[in-house]
Order: sequence, then C-alpha cells, then structure tokens
Amino acid sequence: MLDGRGSVKRRAGARLWLSAGWLAVLVLAALLAPWITPKDPLAQDLFLGRLPPFWETGAEPGYYLGTDSLGRDVLSRILYGARLALIVALVAGSITCLLGAGLGLLAGFLRGWVDVLISRFIDIWMAFPPVLFSILLIAVIGPGLGSIILAIVIIDWTRFARVVRAEAMAQGAMDYVASARVAGRGRLGIMLREILPNVLPTIVVLLTLEMGIAVIVEAILSFVNLSISTDDPTWGGMIAEGRAAVYQAWWVLVFPLITLFLTVLSFSQLGEGLKDRFDPVLR
Amino acid sequence: MADLYDVRGLRLSLADMTRKPLFGAAPRLEILKGLDFTIPQGAVMGIVGGSGSGKSTLGRVLVRLLEPSGGSVRFDGVDITHLDEAALRPLRRRFQMIFQDPMSSLNPRHRVGTLIAEPLKLHGFDDVAGRVARALDHVGLPAGFAARYPHELSGGQRQRVGIARAIALEPDFILADEIVSGLDVSSQAQVLNLLEGLVRELGLTLAFISHDLSVIRRLCSRVMVLHHGVIVEDRATADLFDSPQAAYTRELLDAIPLPDPDQVWA
Repeated sequence: MLDGRGSVKRRAGARLWLSAGWLAVLVLAALLAPWITPKDPLAQDLFLGRLPPFWETGAEPGYYLGTDSLGRDVLSRILYGARLALIVALVAGSITCLLGAGLGLLAGFLRGWVDVLISRFIDIWMAFPPVLFSILLIAVIGPGLGSIILAIVIIDWTRFARVVRAEAMAQGAMDYVASARVAGRGRLGIMLREILPNVLPTIVVLLTLEMGIAVIVEAILSFVNLSISTDDPTWGGMIAEGRAAVYQAWWVLVFPLITLFLTVLSFSQLGEGLKDRFDPVLR
Repeated sequence: MADLYDVRGLRLSLADMTRKPLFGAAPRLEILKGLDFTIPQGAVMGIVGGSGSGKSTLGRVLVRLLEPSGGSVRFDGVDITHLDEAALRPLRRRFQMIFQDPMSSLNPRHRVGTLIAEPLKLHGFDDVAGRVARALDHVGLPAGFAARYPHELSGGQRQRVGIARAIALEPDFILADEIVSGLDVSSQAQVLNLLEGLVRELGLTLAFISHDLSVIRRLCSRVMVLHHGVIVEDRATADLFDSPQAAYTRELLDAIPLPDPDQVWA
C-alpha cells in the first residue's frame, strides 16, 4: 500500500526566487533608507543639476544614478520612493483583498438574495471609469496617503469579489461540501473550513497582482500630482519630472521607470510562483 | 426486527430550469413519485435503477441533503422529513454517506487525518486521535496515511478513506452511493469485501445504490428497483434474481453479462 505519492516534491523555480529576491531588496531598501541612501533625497544643489549616472563622463562621485534638474540624487529618491510604494502596495492590497474576497465568498457560497445583491452592486460599480473615479475621489477628499489607499480599495474590490464569487460557486458544487453537511458542519464552518482553503490559492495570486496594481495606481496619481505632498519622493512624481527633461537627462525618467516595472512584474510573478510552490493539489 | 427507516408517500420535485419560461416560475419536474418502503435494522438494502431513475436523489433524501416535497421520512422513529439543519445536527452522526467520487468528496486541502478527525470533533467524541487510527486500521490503511493529502492516494485508497470517515462516527446507517463505479475491477472487489466485512462486524444498516446488479446480488439482502421515480419491485435478493416480477427488472437482469463456460480463447 505504501508508495511514493507522499514524497513528491515540486521545484520552487527561478520565477519565485527572482521575484521574491527583488521584493526583498526593495523592502530592505525601504526600511533602511535613512541609513543607506548616499545623499539626502530632498537636498537641492543647482550647481550639481542633471549630473549623469556614474559610468558616463561628467559624473560626480557619490551620485551613482545621477541627479535631476534641481540637483537631487536620483538613487536616494528611488529608495525613499520605495517606502511609499510598498506601504501603498501592502496596505491597499490587503484591505482590497479582505473586502473583495469576503463579499465574493459570501455571494458565491450563500447564493440567493445575498448573491443577487452583491452581484448587482458589482455590476453597477464596474460601470464607473476607474481612473477618472479615483482622480475625482482624491480631488474631493484631498490628497494624502489615506486617500490613495481609499481610492484603490474603493475601485478595485470588485476585481476580487468577481473572481472569488465564481470560484466559491464552483467549489460549493463539489461533493466535499455535501460531505461536510452530512458530517454535521454548519454553513459558516463549511464556508471557512472547506471552501476558503480551496479558494485561497486564487486569492493569493489576486492579492499579489493587486499589490502590483496598487503600485501602478500610486505612480499614476503621483504622475498627475494627486499623491502625497510633492516634497516627498515618489516614483510617479519622479517619472513626471523626468518626462519634462527626457532629452537632457534621460536617467531621471528611466531609473524610476525600471524600478516600477521590476516591482510590478515581481509582484505578479510572486503570486504565480507561490501558487506553484504551495498548492498541495497537483493539477 | 424494527425498521430503521420508514418512508411513506415520498415525493420530490425540482424546478426544471431547462423549460423555464422567460417570465414566471419554472415547471416542476417530479423525480420521486410517491415511494413507500422500509429499511429494517441491520439490512443491506440495494437500490438499483437506470440513469435518471431517481436512485441518487432518493439516497440524498435519506441523509437529508435534500428536503422532500411530500410524504414522510422517519429515521428510528423520528420524523426527519422537514427538520432544519440545526435540529438535524445531533442526528447527523447516525446516518452517514459514502460518495461516488472520492476525489471530489474529500476536501483536497485537508490531510486524511484531518478529514476523519473533523466530523469526530464536531460531534464531541473523545480520544479523536485514537479513533482516527482505529478507523484507518479498520479499512486497511497504514496509520502513516493520516499525514497524506487525498491526491497522494490511489482511487481505491481514497474510497477507503471515505469509508473510514463514515464509520469513525459509529453511525447506525450508511448510504453508499455508487461507491465502486469509479474504481477498477480489482479495487472494486477489495472495497466490496471491506464493506461486507464492516457491515457484519459493526452491525451496520446499509443502503447500497448501484446500477450494477451483479454487485447488488453479492452484497445485499434486499433489493429495491426504481424506474422513473417509482418502485417497481422491492423484495429479498434471492427471490428477485430467481423470479423477477416486473418487466423492467427482467430487462436489467438480462443486461448482466454472464460468463459463457463453452467459450474458449481463440
């Protein structure tokens, strides 16, 4: 009766390690920013404006990725910008996930009038154009960290609710739910103990995707100057500033853009990688 | 002997969504059309019928996964026809079910040990770990299997877990819904032998749903033949196989492939 099925292990894969590695570097950079940044990210020096990155002629030692038109160090600003990006990603992503997945689970499992109510609400909600909606929202309640997070949560919860609802409906039709009823488990118990664990891999993938999206949304809002106060460095703000001088100083635009790109890509790949690694069901 | 189940005039109809008009209610589709039967304590009752005869629906009514639309179902003297979930819960321990597809009836996220232990905890059993170990032992699985996930088992092993899960609760009645139809022939024989032994050893009352009469003949003391939601025959197994009364039963019997002693391998 004993066979090898219990000892099958799966390889984690480069995807998981690379994306987790990049995010770990970013988290460390954000936590240690005051100690590891070479320069003060807010210090301006007009004599050192538009210095190129270190490998080009005319670079100053200490300004590794060059400076912007006000003489602020690009590397230091990217590292400080990581703080805001990560806080928004984690907090907004988690709250969106809790709200959306919770409602989706209720709708998909309980069905009936709960489902009708939540589904119609999602339909109506999705008819609003999201970018305009968030810009309008922040224009009304004023910019700030809380506003960014609120805007992301309010716009993106439907993304979770729709997918989780569909998944919970599919899982609810499985025999193990009937089996749990025969065993005497109540509705709440079935939802949390039987269905939730089966929907969790989907939720994790969505959560990491959402974190990437949150970073993008924050960058978009910074780009149109609706993020936090303009003094604090943000990736979106840097991209907006770099855009104006892209022919004279391309590095002001390109380095925050690369950082943003790698971060969003890492978040989405992290989700896929985690799902591959920790899903006990070999599909 | 006393009757464990006493079913009178059982009817069940479901909304026929394929013929639902754009506005207004869907027409009702009658699945069970007034069934009267009893299952005596300690009997092994076979329920046979073709696809769509209502045998699985009947099974789900017996363990009250479905609520009948008419008639009454009494379990050990208690009317369970329209009891709600809360009132049913204490009774649930006493009637258990083994499902057709063990892959979908075992939650893929839980280990085998958890799958068997959870119902025990729900019903407040003591010595859960010991009971899980004994249940695994009963169905002939090594204790080490408690740490495995369902996908790490073969089809026959999974079905044994399904059986272990049901018998761990020490029920009075077990419904087995087509439990060997998804297994290969040798696993079928093993699972049937196991079930036969357990029924004798634990004094269980069993309802065995199948479309395979040769399996029924081997296992059951009594057979009920369902056809389009009506009982066409309900007799002791030997009588039924010797002299089938209903035309439909004869049809089913004729469909069993019999080994031909004269045939030689070419």
